[in-house]
Amino acid sequence: MSSQRIHTLDVTAQNLKSNARLSLKDQQLRTNMRSAMDSLISKRLISMPDEDERENLRELGNKIKASALSQLPDLLEQLESNLTKQGIQVHWASTTEEANAIVLNIAQARNAKQVIKGKSMVSEEMAMNEHLTEHGIEALESDMGEYIIQLDNEKPTHIIMPAIHKNAQQVGKLFESRLALPYTDDVDSLIQSARSILREKFFQADIGISGVNFAVAETGTLLLVENEGNGRMSTTVPPVHIAVTGIEKVVANLQDTVPLLSLLTRSALGQGITTYVNMISAPRQPDELDGPEEVHLVLLDNGRSQAFADSELRQTLNCIRCGACMNHCPVYTRIGGQAYGTVYPGPIGKIISPHLLGLENTPDHPSASSLCGACGEVCPVKIPIPALLRRLREENVKSPKQQPQIMAGQGSRYSNKEALLWKGWQAFNTKPLLYKTGTFLATRLGQFTPSKLGAWTQNHSAPKPAKRSLHELAKKHLEKKS
Amino acid sequence: MSHLYYNAAPQETRVAKPRKAPRSYPTHKPAHIYLYGTCVVDLFFPEAGMDAIHLLEREGIQVNFPQAQSCCGQPAYTSGYTQQAKDVARSQLALLTEDWPLVVCSGSCAGMFREHYSDLFKDEPETLAQVTALAERTYELSEFLLKVCQVELTDQGEATQVALHTSCSARREMNTHLHARELLNQLTQVERLDHDHESECCGFGGTFSVRMPDISGAMVADKTQALQKSGAQQVVSADCGCLLNINGAFEKQNIPLLGQHLASFLWQRTQVKQEPNT
Repeated sequence: MSSQRIHTLDVTAQNLKSNARLSLKDQQLRTNMRSAMDSLISKRLISMPDEDERENLRELGNKIKASALSQLPDLLEQLESNLTKQGIQVHWASTTEEANAIVLNIAQARNAKQVIKGKSMVSEEMAMNEHLTEHGIEALESDMGEYIIQLDNEKPTHIIMPAIHKNAQQVGKLFESRLALPYTDDVDSLIQSARSILREKFFQADIGISGVNFAVAETGTLLLVENEGNGRMSTTVPPVHIAVTGIEKVVANLQDTVPLLSLLTRSALGQGITTYVNMISAPRQPDELDGPEEVHLVLLDNGRSQAFADSELRQTLNCIRCGACMNHCPVYTRIGGQAYGTVYPGPIGKIISPHLLGLENTPDHPSASSLCGACGEVCPVKIPIPALLRRLREENVKSPKQQPQIMAGQGSRYSNKEALLWKGWQAFNTKPLLYKTGTFLATRLGQFTPSKLGAWTQNHSAPKPAKRSLHELAKKHLEKKS
Repeated sequence: MSHLYYNAAPQETRVAKPRKAPRSYPTHKPAHIYLYGTCVVDLFFPEAGMDAIHLLEREGIQVNFPQAQSCCGQPAYTSGYTQQAKDVARSQLALLTEDWPLVVCSGSCAGMFREHYSDLFKDEPETLAQVTALAERTYELSEFLLKVCQVELTDQGEATQVALHTSCSARREMNTHLHARELLNQLTQVERLDHDHESECCGFGGTFSVRMPDISGAMVADKTQALQKSGAQQVVSADCGCLLNINGAFEKQNIPLLGQHLASFLWQRTQVKQEPNT
């Protein structure tokens, strides 16, 4: 059971390798993840069967995001100005601490005791639940997946489907033990039980929290997609709504959101559109019967401006958080999201987490990829994820002293020994005499290859060099011919 | 029926560019080519390189094998040691002075020449021009045989079933999976069998396989099992990096299969057997 497994995982980003080792042994996790990811892969394809149209749409998505990022400061100011005019209060936070302080201030000003949350990865990034709980405010997740993992004291395993690593039997047992409900593994009954508990909570809550999918500058609109209705409940029933989002979510105008929405919902779940599309532009107006009295938007930086400053790394911020890269990733599919120890797992997590946490706290993330390219091939906004992983590896092995310092934690994997090894490799491959001598010795002494060769022989028998190199064979053959 | 995935007309300035045009191929076979063996073939699969030479010579092409060739630089490049990769790349460029096609015995190394040298030399306009011209005449072996030589293979072997593994960069950068399939289709007695999650990475990834042995090991274990379950008697691949990984794992797991380079497979299948005199 994963609830047992989680206690053995030390879920911090430094322990990716050891966490991965544990997760790989969890057969239940492996089976659950594989079947879930396979189904998501085929759903996406079914929803975008025309390859040309799919590729054109991805190209368009890339252009829209690149264009928005190229005018990011202006768009953010325009967004703030329009939201303010419409009565939404805008707050800026450089760090997650600042963002948490803003949320807590709003909550304490209203003397809030209970907060109900729609799904928000930025609130996970802030560890908002823990922060509010420390200050005596109950924070309850209302997205079904989030609700399940909150019950089990876990972290989301996926940015769209937080509990995708659990099957119905596991959820049934969890509800039995934590909610004292009779055991069932019928998905509809499980959902109905949770919904009836949550329904009451929506009315009791003092504050509703949500994320934002797209913040539209021109019209001052916060666009939020969801399938369960909990997002609409969280943003309309409680008297206060606080939306939290990263600064990269701003787009120029409503027209831009149409292709982006199409890309997002198709790439994420293979849906043409989500059940709910919420567009929030103001608090309750005097002539309206419902809606929150107060609406706030917290715009979080948290390392994003570091990525923004470099034209290559900036592409990281194209991300619209669909999760397609993880659904298609052979590494993610095998180790699950929690092993990464970061809020954002999978390929996108490996390129964004180093900006949020510093390379020193995510030293293995850029390396935990075979660079197979499955992620880059499906990314709806064409983030060149493998190229960015490679770039982060470069930043990771640079000397920490090298200027300019592009990233926090630059050179966290730098080692003299390894740098020297690569210098030797370089000499071997640029000096033909050295190469010739080396391959001569390897081919003649190949039979003496030791049977244990470090990490390689963990999964393989020791490779035996051939008796003659291609250089030698080709030379002999081509000389004979001429 | 419209295939439009959304109903808003895109703004004119943002209309997507046409996708990369399919590669055009020379209409005539060249008299000369450079053969790039790759470092893995050189040391571990030299017979694959020799069979590539035989196949090319049979097409009437003179094969040139620069003796000072070593490695395309990919291992350092993907490990983040860009300067070292660049120096090695420069030494390889210096060998390729004639404007002959460069035929590479591996899709990922061909991809390195074709797609990534331009990144390595982006700040050196003169080298960049050289690299761009080289990219245009760089071919992975199966692509060259099929598209440039327009080879017609005559199968001389017994009926057999094979599974084809294609390396990820070969698939994504060079379309090698399509070319290799077409070549195998020409062999009348060879049936190509699909295997489970065929397009998924075998877990090699160069230094990834030793830096992340647990994850890489889980990937290659799934791959070897899928290949075995396919029921194929033979495994072929046009990439010896993957073969080093897959064969090493076959042996470690005592699976009685051994992957072979496509060049060797094609050469052996198309040899006329010496009939005993009657």
